[in-house]
Amino acid sequence: MLDFLKRFAGNRGAVIGALLLVVTLLLAIFSPMLYPQSPWAIAQRPFLEPFTTEGYLMGTDTLGRNVASGLAHGAYISLLIGLISTLVSLAIGIPLGACAGYFGGWVDDILMRVTEFFQVIPTFAFAVVLVAILQPSLTSIITAIALVSWPPVARLLRGEVLALKSREFIEAAQLSGQSSTTIILRQIMPNTLSPVVVMSSMMIATAILTESALSFMGLGDPEIMSWGYMVGAGRTVIRQAWWISFFPGLAILLTVLAFNLIGEGLNDALNPRLRKRG
Amino acid sequence: MTHHTDTPAAPSAAIPIVRIEGLSVALPEGADRPYAVDHTSIDMYAGRILCVVGESGSGKSMSANAMMGLLPEGVRAVKGRILLGDENLLAFSEEKMRDIRGRRIGMIFQEPMSALNPLMRVADQIAEVFEAHGLLTPAERQARAVELLTEVGLPDPKRAARAYPFQLSGGQRQRVVIAMALALEPEVLIADEPTTALDVTTQAQILALIRKLQVERGMAVMFITHDFGVVAEIADDVVVMQCGQIVEQGPARAVLDAPQHDYTQRLLAAIPRLTLAPRAMPDFAPLLEVRDIRRTYVSGGGLFRPVRRVDAVRDVSFTLGKGETLGIVGESGSGKSSLGRCLVRLQPADAGSVTMEGREILDLKGEDLRQLHRRVQMIFQDPFSSLNPRITVGRTIADGPIAFGMSRAEAMDRARALLERVGLNAAAATRYPHEFSGGQRQRIGIARALALEPEVIVADEAVSALDVSIQAQVLELLDEIKRDLGLSLIFITHDLRVAAQICDRVMVMQQGACIEIGPAHQIFSAPEQAYTRSLIEAIPGRARDLAGQAA
Repeated sequence: MLDFLKRFAGNRGAVIGALLLVVTLLLAIFSPMLYPQSPWAIAQRPFLEPFTTEGYLMGTDTLGRNVASGLAHGAYISLLIGLISTLVSLAIGIPLGACAGYFGGWVDDILMRVTEFFQVIPTFAFAVVLVAILQPSLTSIITAIALVSWPPVARLLRGEVLALKSREFIEAAQLSGQSSTTIILRQIMPNTLSPVVVMSSMMIATAILTESALSFMGLGDPEIMSWGYMVGAGRTVIRQAWWISFFPGLAILLTVLAFNLIGEGLNDALNPRLRKRG
Repeated sequence: MTHHTDTPAAPSAAIPIVRIEGLSVALPEGADRPYAVDHTSIDMYAGRILCVVGESGSGKSMSANAMMGLLPEGVRAVKGRILLGDENLLAFSEEKMRDIRGRRIGMIFQEPMSALNPLMRVADQIAEVFEAHGLLTPAERQARAVELLTEVGLPDPKRAARAYPFQLSGGQRQRVVIAMALALEPEVLIADEPTTALDVTTQAQILALIRKLQVERGMAVMFITHDFGVVAEIADDVVVMQCGQIVEQGPARAVLDAPQHDYTQRLLAAIPRLTLAPRAMPDFAPLLEVRDIRRTYVSGGGLFRPVRRVDAVRDVSFTLGKGETLGIVGESGSGKSSLGRCLVRLQPADAGSVTMEGREILDLKGEDLRQLHRRVQMIFQDPFSSLNPRITVGRTIADGPIAFGMSRAEAMDRARALLERVGLNAAAATRYPHEFSGGQRQRIGIARALALEPEVIVADEAVSALDVSIQAQVLELLDEIKRDLGLSLIFITHDLRVAAQICDRVMVMQQGACIEIGPAHQIFSAPEQAYTRSLIEAIPGRARDLAGQAA
């Protein structure tokens, strides 16, 4: 574990990513204290320029809502959606992929055809359709993102399990009378952990992007302030008031970048042999 | 180029072509020792084969890598000189070394499949050697490639030149690698375990080829190996290495016949003997009856491809007695592993029957099959992939008994007892596999197989991945445990020496069929089949019978 941390800390990008993430997390946690007022509340005159008025560091939007407050509250929503939708898609993808890889044969055929059915639909279009059908809400957005992002998890797990299945220790476990469930859970799963961890961090980044895109198109939960909504709401006035869409856009960029950097760092730290490429 | 024609007996009069002087190669911090190679001096003479022998981790490959300037990252030559003629190779720039490689020093690697580019035709790969040094025209390169392939004895060299590596056999691939190494007529050839991945008959051919080419070209050859049989077969001079240091060096005959250093003596003594006294053959009560077992692999069968059938095991029959050790020997692809895996039901058999005390075991399913595994267990070949890296050793051993309903505490007690039984510390139970050496892991594998108190154990190449001294210890352990517990053992191996040491009876397999079966001493002293004879004759160092002299 210590060794792992040392390798992770040796990667400058990963450390920057982790720092960015910590900042976002703090922002999300302390947003109710920093900005107790609802981010939807009209607080000042509209189109207040950034860095001019105290308490309105990032200015106000077209209706006079505090951009900085929206940013802080949006951080919470972005992280929440990223995390939960990733957990849900892992919960779908991991068992499916593990069963397909371990049992093979017709089980594999059926599960992989189902997976491909989801894969052939362009993910974003599929997410838009799902949210439109389910009515925009936090739950429906999470459901939609999870439903479009599990197939790669299933495929990854299937590949890992296929590779592990032929290892001698799995055969030895079969010979020692362990049931298939025990073998999958105890012998195989712990060995697939590192690629799954790496993939999850990348998936969180994608989920945040997808949520922003959905909100940008007006398919976000109308109750909650999110970065994507802010960019979308500010886009019509981008020439007069650049800051309204710029700051939330920057927030999305940095958060997604943070998760990607962390993913890279985890990958290098968990697979030290792959690190020195070329 | 120097073409010395030394008389093999008097190297001291000649000038060495390569002179390694006081070479020290430092390992990165945190390695098990500070130097991979510690203050080593070796002289190589034109026209002589120098064998560097040692167990894994002894630093034998590192000295060769240092000579080629191909040390792994983090590993540096810190002291000494490597003189080729009168130039110090260690002082050369990377660019200069590139010119030396191939042109003046050629190298042959252990695994010919990974030494060749799988997507390039053989002739193009040889032509690349000339291209890298800017020699000849493209047409000349191709012609020279065919010449070289002829020289290394490939049948139909023109066709081989157009082939891809996967279309050639292991021995043929190694010939291609040799052709590449010799393309620029280097004065020095380094061969790093070039026959370790090959079958015994192929190995004999490759050794003969290297000897022939070396004599024809008057090269100096450094031949790195762990196998004293190979040394006896090919060496003029021998260097024995242990933990990065040379413990003994001298002419082959002197080192092999009268080893001075304790370590050399131990290594030689560890080689299993081939000359056997007839063993007492008690009347084993039959335990396992195998009748006409057959295993066929079917592949292909697409729209445009014909179905390919390979008979891995063809109608093999034998009886295994209670307490007996039956050796199954054969070259790779002879079906011995498939047979073993059918017996433990890791693989289905396509026909035939296997009965254990009168009960058919080939069609057992579900719970019955699970119960069978209490009686029939397996020891695997690869000590590195046969243990789950994420599970403690104790738990790995205890998993079996737990699966059969033993309480966790009791199973862990048994695991600790078994670890002591196989010569490890009971405290090892809480550690993970990566903390153990190959030999220790194989002991853990044995403990795991014993955990369910089986009656039959199938050991598939159980000692093939181990060094010879470790191999001897593990074999001794297996034999002892087998006697104590009255186990029956099916011992699958490609190494006839190992089979000779441990088996009561030996079965020889060729292309899936059993061609000869009988008491071990009879198979080795008076083989009936020509194939068995050729296998025994191909054992390196057999003529000198190393083991007999060392004992």
